[in-house]
Amino acid sequence: MTDVAPKAAMLPKSLDDLRPPRSQWRDVWDQFRTHKGAMAGGFVLLFLVLFVLIGPMIWRIDPTFIDPDAVKMIRSRNLPPGWAHPLGTDQLGRDMLARMMAGGQVSIAVGLTAMLISLFLGTLVGVSAGYFKRLDGPLMRLTDLFLALPLLPLLLVMVMLFRDTLSRSFGAELGTFLLIVGAIGVTSWMQAARIVRGEVLALKEREFVLAARSIGTPPRRMILRHILPNVISPIMVAATLGIASAIITESALSFLGLGFPPDFPTWGRLLYDGIDYLQQFPERVMWPGIAISLTVLSVNYIGDGLRDALDPRIRGR
Amino acid sequence: MLTYTIRRLLLAIPTLLFISLVIFLLVDFAPGSPMSQIPLTVPPDVRARMIEALGANEPIHIRFGLWLYQFFIVEPAYLIDSAFGTSLADGQQRIVSWQSRSPVMDIIAERLPQTMTVIGSAYVIGVLIAVPIGIYSAYRQYSWFDQIGTFIAMIGFSVPTFFTGVLLIVVFSVWLGWFPSIYDTTLRVTDFESFLKQVRQMAMPVMVLALFNAAQISRYMRSSMLDNLGQDYVRTARAKGMSEKVVVLKHVLRNSLIPVVTVIALGIPTIFAGAIITEQVFKVNGLGALLINAIYASDLPMVQTLTFIFAVLIVLFNLIADILYGILDPRIRYD
Repeated sequence: MTDVAPKAAMLPKSLDDLRPPRSQWRDVWDQFRTHKGAMAGGFVLLFLVLFVLIGPMIWRIDPTFIDPDAVKMIRSRNLPPGWAHPLGTDQLGRDMLARMMAGGQVSIAVGLTAMLISLFLGTLVGVSAGYFKRLDGPLMRLTDLFLALPLLPLLLVMVMLFRDTLSRSFGAELGTFLLIVGAIGVTSWMQAARIVRGEVLALKEREFVLAARSIGTPPRRMILRHILPNVISPIMVAATLGIASAIITESALSFLGLGFPPDFPTWGRLLYDGIDYLQQFPERVMWPGIAISLTVLSVNYIGDGLRDALDPRIRGR
Repeated sequence: MLTYTIRRLLLAIPTLLFISLVIFLLVDFAPGSPMSQIPLTVPPDVRARMIEALGANEPIHIRFGLWLYQFFIVEPAYLIDSAFGTSLADGQQRIVSWQSRSPVMDIIAERLPQTMTVIGSAYVIGVLIAVPIGIYSAYRQYSWFDQIGTFIAMIGFSVPTFFTGVLLIVVFSVWLGWFPSIYDTTLRVTDFESFLKQVRQMAMPVMVLALFNAAQISRYMRSSMLDNLGQDYVRTARAKGMSEKVVVLKHVLRNSLIPVVTVIALGIPTIFAGAIITEQVFKVNGLGALLINAIYASDLPMVQTLTFIFAVLIVLFNLIADILYGILDPRIRYD
């Protein structure tokens, strides 16, 4: 009898008090929504993504179209913004709005793919270093080594030296895409690896890991079932910030003339091409520059919000 | 501390050797080479002699060994010779640029002052702006000053330097015409007028880099101040009746500066590499421009040496940051 009474007291008095169970991701979303900057960033990013993905379906001008008729081509050069070309045309008469959309597709695709590569490498290195004690020393030495490499110069060297071979075997666009994405991914996994390693080292001491091990879980399933789901939040934050830095690196490479081929628009390339006409048409530099900055700014704000939302110590306060 | 420093220095040697090997292999195994740029009309035997003259026909381990020998033995010897008038490196082969056939180190020494004046002053100004902003926005957390500061800092490290640079050129050179858009390297500062000219041409690149650095450092400063403002010793200091100025600027600031100083030290080498873009925007003829030109011209010794120098700077400043941390914060003990 003695232990029934407290149990009854803990039961809710009526059914109204029984709120539906809340999932973890619901809590995260609620916390994320309170971060004004992150929400604004989310909307801006959504708008930009829609602009580059849906835009070309509505604005059906080929971004690489140059009028074959020479007279028409010369007349359509360097047009100011107007109804036919809302952002004007460039020095070859190509529509700037269409080029901005096409360029955005490439820039965002580069950012996402490079982020995925660097995240995969970082998680792989971080989890193996944290989980297997034998690998910890060598892998962390490797990470330190990569951190000591001068990355931008090395990226430049890599792009410069391997561009032609890859262009020959995969075609100019795909070859450069693979090269840039691979180069950025290979040189940016170190932060993620360090964060993941730290988290894994802490997780390994927890009881549930001990319990899982005591029933004979093999390491592969241990990592996939128990470790990885618990390090997902730092990985997500690293992922958002990784997109931002990958977009900046790609446009920096394009800006230095070592990115995509000239007739293939990306935001960085458009900015680089616009520099020659800076005096007469400053808006040609502005549009791609603003697009890059807005994307990076919104992604950074989302990363900030995610970091707060995924941190259980802050959440619910 | 001394044993720690020595141990770290010894550890740095294999790291640097490995980095130089990685850079060397990357540059060497790459398919593009200066040999492919020799015109096809050059007869094969002349081509062979040209390659031989560059020393590019030797097997890779010999070239790597030779480069190491030249970088670590011959070049310091030349440096000592020119400083003290000795003749240690009598007629030994130096690292020679394939582009200009002059010693790589001489070219680097020529370019270094430009980079140092622009980037060095930008870094100093960035730190000088960032520290007070960080202090005040932490002291008045969530005030309008803090909100605006946070927003500007977010913009500062989100907007890439090549865009801020171009933006400043549009505003200050094209519209207002205050500053020149191209940096004149040949300008000699002799009198007040040329000094003014130097200041005007440095204004924009310094602004771009200072904004970028200040954005990051002010964030570190703010969070470090916030960490310390909540500590018990701050309450104690206030309780004994110290003025607010003494509490914040003496007690809290000194403790908050410890991590910030190491961040500042860590940032110095990345500035060298990151300034490549700013130098390119404003046509500053510094180390970054040198590297870009060498990459375009497939000048392997130059690329190799410059990248390696950047790597040395990173390793060195990492070490300096760690040691500084140990010296400034007596709680940190490495041994």
